[in-house]
Amino acid sequence: MTTSAPPATPLPVPVGESTASFAKRKLTSPWASLAAVVIAILWTLPTFGLLVSSFRPERAIKTTGWWTFFSNPTLTMDNYKAVLDADEGAGLGAYFVNSLVITIPSVLIPLTLATIAAYAFAWIKFPGRNILFLVIFALQIVPLQVTLIPLLTLYVDAGLANTFWTIWLSHSIFGLPLAIYLLHNFMREIPSSLLEAARVDGAGHVAIFFRVLLPLLRPALAAFGIFQFLWVWNDLLVALTFAGGGDKVAPITVALANLSGTRGTAWHLLSAGAFVSILVPVTIFLLLQRYFVRGLLAGGVKG
Amino acid sequence: MFGLAKSRRLRGALAGTVGVGLVLSVAACGGSSDSDDDSDTATQSIDCSQFSSYGDLKGKTVSVYTGIVTPEDKAYKDSYKPFEDCTGVKISYEGDKSFETQILVRAKAGNPPDLAIVPQPGLLKQLVATGKAVEAPAEVSANVDKFWSKDWKAYGTVDGKFYAAPSGASVKSLVWYSPSEFKDAGYQVPTTLADLKTLTDKMVADKKKPWCVGISSGEATGWPLTDWMEDFMLRMSGPETYDKWVKHEIPFNGPESTAALDAVGGYVKNPAYVNGGLGDVKSIATTTFQDAGLPILDGTCSLHRMASFYAANFPKDTKVAEDGDVFAFYLPGQDATTKPVLGGGEFNLAFADRPEVKAFQTYLSTDTWANIKAGASQGWISANKGLDINKVSNPIDKLSAELLQNPSTVFRFDGSDQMPAAIGSNVIFKQLTSWVTGQDTKTTVDNVENAWPK
Repeated sequence: MTTSAPPATPLPVPVGESTASFAKRKLTSPWASLAAVVIAILWTLPTFGLLVSSFRPERAIKTTGWWTFFSNPTLTMDNYKAVLDADEGAGLGAYFVNSLVITIPSVLIPLTLATIAAYAFAWIKFPGRNILFLVIFALQIVPLQVTLIPLLTLYVDAGLANTFWTIWLSHSIFGLPLAIYLLHNFMREIPSSLLEAARVDGAGHVAIFFRVLLPLLRPALAAFGIFQFLWVWNDLLVALTFAGGGDKVAPITVALANLSGTRGTAWHLLSAGAFVSILVPVTIFLLLQRYFVRGLLAGGVKG
Repeated sequence: MFGLAKSRRLRGALAGTVGVGLVLSVAACGGSSDSDDDSDTATQSIDCSQFSSYGDLKGKTVSVYTGIVTPEDKAYKDSYKPFEDCTGVKISYEGDKSFETQILVRAKAGNPPDLAIVPQPGLLKQLVATGKAVEAPAEVSANVDKFWSKDWKAYGTVDGKFYAAPSGASVKSLVWYSPSEFKDAGYQVPTTLADLKTLTDKMVADKKKPWCVGISSGEATGWPLTDWMEDFMLRMSGPETYDKWVKHEIPFNGPESTAALDAVGGYVKNPAYVNGGLGDVKSIATTTFQDAGLPILDGTCSLHRMASFYAANFPKDTKVAEDGDVFAFYLPGQDATTKPVLGGGEFNLAFADRPEVKAFQTYLSTDTWANIKAGASQGWISANKGLDINKVSNPIDKLSAELLQNPSTVFRFDGSDQMPAAIGSNVIFKQLTSWVTGQDTKTTVDNVENAWPK
């Protein structure tokens, strides 16, 4: 049975229309655009409601929905005052700074270690490499909850309890397996001829790592960096377990969890607190989103 | 990604973020310096001679870990200030709403605080079982003998050893109502359980839905019903049977608890009685306990059984007083002479026996602290007999303190807080939630009994 494939004919471009506008017409559909807009609105609506709520007075938040704001607009900064005031309110400011102090090293440490480790796994031949890589990959399966008490015991024995080190190290430990795995895969995609050429030119491991691979890995590093940043910034469990000692080391998520009061009577403050907390992740995400998408989609060479 | 810092947009973003961080931290620093000023003025009015027995503790720190967070934590910190200012010790207070799980993690990992404010005798037992807790010093024990009843000391005792002195207390056997509604309609505050039933029927005859109930509370949904059941158990079978029931010396599906739960059902599962201003019987499970009493203010509900701390749930401009917008009466006993009171409370459990921790523990067990704390807070009382009722400013606290100090009162601690955690804060909650949405009483008590750890 033989079938001859139909000859590939270019789509007929109607007379009187440029190729570009034809392509645009073919690739966009008003229905798809409408669907995208509707989804975007539905997706943003709860956050928008939260934003409106954060400016409404306590009684209004507790008795009516945020949409009634439009028929009865009363704005107040009381909620923000209450969450930011260190004396009378929750004093989120100090926790905000703690969060920054926690997050930055918790991104940099695993990123640095993982890049180096991924290079070794990808391009240095040593005995047991595959087994070791498999073990690290398998570590992702271990739920971090089972490590909480043993890890805390180790920190206490090492005298690190109630310092930032416990949180920095924990986030690095929990982030490393995925980071090594992701970066390793990016590195493997780089054609070996590129590295061989560099080697012929006399480059050692260090030169190859810094001058050939790092520039190519930028999107991958950015992608993982954003991942880890958002994960650490929004983390509550690790912080709850390891950050003992009140407002000295606790991040903003812990303060946020406590904001509603002992018996949940102050829940009207949550919307304002949430907006203080998402300020940084939203900024980071909006500015770096193209690296985020590119890092997820592109291979190392195209980056 | 670091090479990207060259991009102008990113630099702007970093500047913005760092800027916001700086503004917030400056605000934080500004705030803390204000509080220093406050403490200076407080010191001047405190007589330090009563603290001389604690000695000079300059440079020492005691860490306190608790589930009590803003805004209730402020009164705690304020009540520690005279002790800090006079002895020189620093109390570091850490409030955390996940205290009940985290304290166990910390104790097991060997990182406990010096002092924990434990809200349940059941949790206290678990903490003592970790082996990290230390017994209370003799001074504390003597103070507790002097200022608290035997019942209270027993709750802080594990296996015959006294560990923790009581701290705060709350009264749960209260019914919230609107004094003006009672006045206008000519209702009387009931003095017996039968009176309460009569009053309810009278309200129904006046075309009202008398009771409002709500039990939704996240993963603890159902707990308000355990209080209802305990209250009726305590009233219908007496305190001795109640104790046996809590210790599981009598089965959970016995005639006593079936009768108690049926009596509760007579109120909360009666479509004519509930759910004022909120819906039908089914709405009980979906209404949060925080919102359940608010219809009293709108006049759509007349009675709401909830603990003294519910006062904080009414909006700030509500007058909580006998002649105000809303107030509470004691959920009466079988007859007017017996006064069983169901309540809760916290205990100060120490994990260290350094001199400054002992001194602080002793301070917290005195009448001095109870009075300073009661003066500094709204909605807080202690079962400490040295507590001067006249110093309690808030009418609802006054009512609770009077109930606790009344010699004819028989106090019993919240039963579900003393049962094994798997039952008291899990199975009972779930079964009672199913019960209120339609499951019959027998199935409910049988399920709890069968789940009891053997």
